[in-house]
Amino acid sequence: MTQVVINPNPTPKDYRSEVKPTWCPGCGDFGVLNATYRSMASLKLAPDQTVVVSGIGCSSRFPHFMKTFGFHSVHGRALPVAQGLKMARPDLTVVAVGGDGDFFSIGAGHLIHAALRNIDITVIVMDNEIYGLTKGQTSPTSPHGHVTKSTPYGLLASQFNPIATALSLNVSFVARGYSAKPKELAALIEQGIQHKGFAFIHAMSPCPTFYHTFDAWDAAVTPIPADHDPHDRMQAMKLAMETEKPFIGLFYQEERPTMDEAAHHLVKQSKPFDIQSYIQRYA
Amino acid sequence: MENEVTIRIGGESGEGVISGGDILAQAAARWGYQVYTFRTFPAEILGGPCMFQVRISDQPVRSMGDYADVLICLNKEAYDRNIKELRHGGVLVYDPSDFTPEAGDYIAYAIPFNEIARKQVQLFQTKNMVMLGAISGLFGPPLEAIVQLVQSKLSRSRKANETLMEKNGLALNIAYTYVKEQIKKRDPYHLGAVEKADRVVLNGNQALVAGALAAGCGYFAGYPITPASDIMEAMAKELPLVGGTFLQAEDEMAALASVLGASYGGMRAMTATSGPGLSLMAELIGLASMAELPAVIVDAQRAGPSTGMPTKMEQSDLSFALSAGHGDTPRIVVAPANVADCYTLIIQAFNMAERYQMPVLFLTDQSLTARVESVDRAVFQPMQLEKRVIYSNGNVTSNGHSQERKVPVGAAALAESFARYAITASGISPTSVPGAGAYTYVATGLEHNELGHPDYEPEDHTVMLQKRFRKLETAAKELPQPQRYGDEEATVGLIGWGSTEGAIQEAVDRARALGYKVASLHLRILSPLPDESIKAFASSVQKLIVAECNYSGQLANLLGAKYALQPIRVNKFGGIPFTAGELLKAIEEVSQS
Repeated sequence: MTQVVINPNPTPKDYRSEVKPTWCPGCGDFGVLNATYRSMASLKLAPDQTVVVSGIGCSSRFPHFMKTFGFHSVHGRALPVAQGLKMARPDLTVVAVGGDGDFFSIGAGHLIHAALRNIDITVIVMDNEIYGLTKGQTSPTSPHGHVTKSTPYGLLASQFNPIATALSLNVSFVARGYSAKPKELAALIEQGIQHKGFAFIHAMSPCPTFYHTFDAWDAAVTPIPADHDPHDRMQAMKLAMETEKPFIGLFYQEERPTMDEAAHHLVKQSKPFDIQSYIQRYA
Repeated sequence: MENEVTIRIGGESGEGVISGGDILAQAAARWGYQVYTFRTFPAEILGGPCMFQVRISDQPVRSMGDYADVLICLNKEAYDRNIKELRHGGVLVYDPSDFTPEAGDYIAYAIPFNEIARKQVQLFQTKNMVMLGAISGLFGPPLEAIVQLVQSKLSRSRKANETLMEKNGLALNIAYTYVKEQIKKRDPYHLGAVEKADRVVLNGNQALVAGALAAGCGYFAGYPITPASDIMEAMAKELPLVGGTFLQAEDEMAALASVLGASYGGMRAMTATSGPGLSLMAELIGLASMAELPAVIVDAQRAGPSTGMPTKMEQSDLSFALSAGHGDTPRIVVAPANVADCYTLIIQAFNMAERYQMPVLFLTDQSLTARVESVDRAVFQPMQLEKRVIYSNGNVTSNGHSQERKVPVGAAALAESFARYAITASGISPTSVPGAGAYTYVATGLEHNELGHPDYEPEDHTVMLQKRFRKLETAAKELPQPQRYGDEEATVGLIGWGSTEGAIQEAVDRARALGYKVASLHLRILSPLPDESIKAFASSVQKLIVAECNYSGQLANLLGAKYALQPIRVNKFGGIPFTAGELLKAIEEVSQS
């Protein structure tokens, strides 16, 4: 990629790389990508001090389409990669992106610990309720009874609820957006990046090829009522339980200490290592 | 024997067998002796039989000793389990209230450990002090050396209180006086005064942690697993003090993934695990190799397969370490030979990771993690730290590697772009680290072109595989060669790797003293293998032995596959390392066959 020239007044285009997205025409992920460009421009993030981390899946190709630094890792591990990076380099802006398979199936276990640590990263989950890259198998977020290539008699399991799960894990920033509403989604991503702590953004992002949900979701998504208090976790949980008419907007936000900040508080008091004095303990 | 003795203590875990043994080893080392310990761990969390052995000598000690000269039994089970390990004519020390030993070819001293602790000191937990007092009175080191050490240890302990200090002192003194007055010494073992030397006393994991800190490790992530947990615990304590950060990860995949994240951020980063954890890390080892990210991965090998024997030694992860991960994935694999190596080689491991931009696997093992050796303090020096080659405005910073492109990929784009994975003669491509003014790129596990963009073209996959493996060829040229040990013209040659070097070299010395012509070659770097050194050594001897503590002969298989060698395999796979005596016997048998 080209050397980073920092535009003092960046436009969304300044965050776009020369790599052409591999997504199908009409993929919801374009909306999420554009919303991300837009939010980064609005925040004037320096591309050379921003890292977009992903796992594997259609949506995880995302870092290649960004002019920021990027780390396209292995399936399910975007969260630990992002957390290790942020622990080591708290000065960087770290965003983890990927799909419902990455975050709710193969890498689901990492969500719990990211929530507990509250390391200051932002995760954007592009949820299409289907496995696209492997061409149409069921996902944890597929609805019960859904017929896919791997559930020819209908999905026998229940549907995963990402927002309710994030709330139950006490994630410190929980929001949902919709790729077909990129302006609102960009605002949520912007808030998420600004939030100090682990920010979880559930981005509904339909797959036109294997599970076309645009029309259904256009009709279903409902803005969170204006009077909702985002500090009220129980109320947020009630909103999360509404699955027929999924709410979009900020469900919950709480400022609390982050592990990266606590660790670097210790670092500030550190002294350079000296082997001669260290080894004296074994004399 | 003047100034050399191997003492084995057997008892119940929790009775202070290990802490007592540690004190004995340290006191002897402070008194001027060289020490080498070997211990077993019970399977139980609390209680269970355990054993501590220390070999003490005024000469360098390189192995645990073939047999115990002195066996101290704190209960009947310790006697049953260990009596066969006592040398003919050795010394058995026991408490007659526990059991009556059968008649045998040994000198027996009966000492009422239990009664002294319970009735005279009136604190049963001082039983290990009673034992130490008796050892001091019978063999040395002088009681003052032990008293001093106990005091300084206890003063740092949370359990410290005046009563305990006083009772410990009392126990040491009563037992010492008891043996001086009541036991008529009939054995030859005595540790006299020797010249003091500037040594430190520590185990493999402690040296490894010191090395990691000296190497500038700035990030550690791990998941608890025996016998690597104490590396993690020490890093948790020490790293923040020197400006690093630490994470106890939720599993080993997260541990290595986060290490790669930190490494991408320019930090020298490491994890430590054992076999089961290494199995889980395999996919991420491939990612580190593909995305060309430095990472140090310590594998404290234990007996496998599966959960195996977590507290037992084995050298059975070599094949896996060399190939873990699917596809063709270059990596460096090194193995420390002793405690000093745990310090120096881990620093070199960090340097290799940074220089060659690939994962470095560091294969220590259970016996070395816990083995205490006295090591010259001079070993612990700061070492030169290698920095990654950083791309900057078409030039290359750091250590001056030029970008010699062999095959242009997407030449038009290159004119204005940063070729993170530039094809170079050395295979090493200048990289970039996020920060103000840095050139951005995407690290990816997908095959990619020089720019780091996903690329499935046959020609590109071909040149990229060649480039990544070329780094190993560069490393093979740059890294140190193993040194031959023993006779220049030898009939029998031994090749070994890892923590068995001391036992092998001691066996070579003893065989030579018996008139055999023997030499050995010890491999610290297992990938890339030092081809020429191995071939030269193999062709210089008539009979080649590969000695390793595993069932299948993993190094022997490798040498067979790579150099068509058919070595004689000497394998031990019970969970206990080689003794020098066992290897000597193998040399004698091979020589006479």
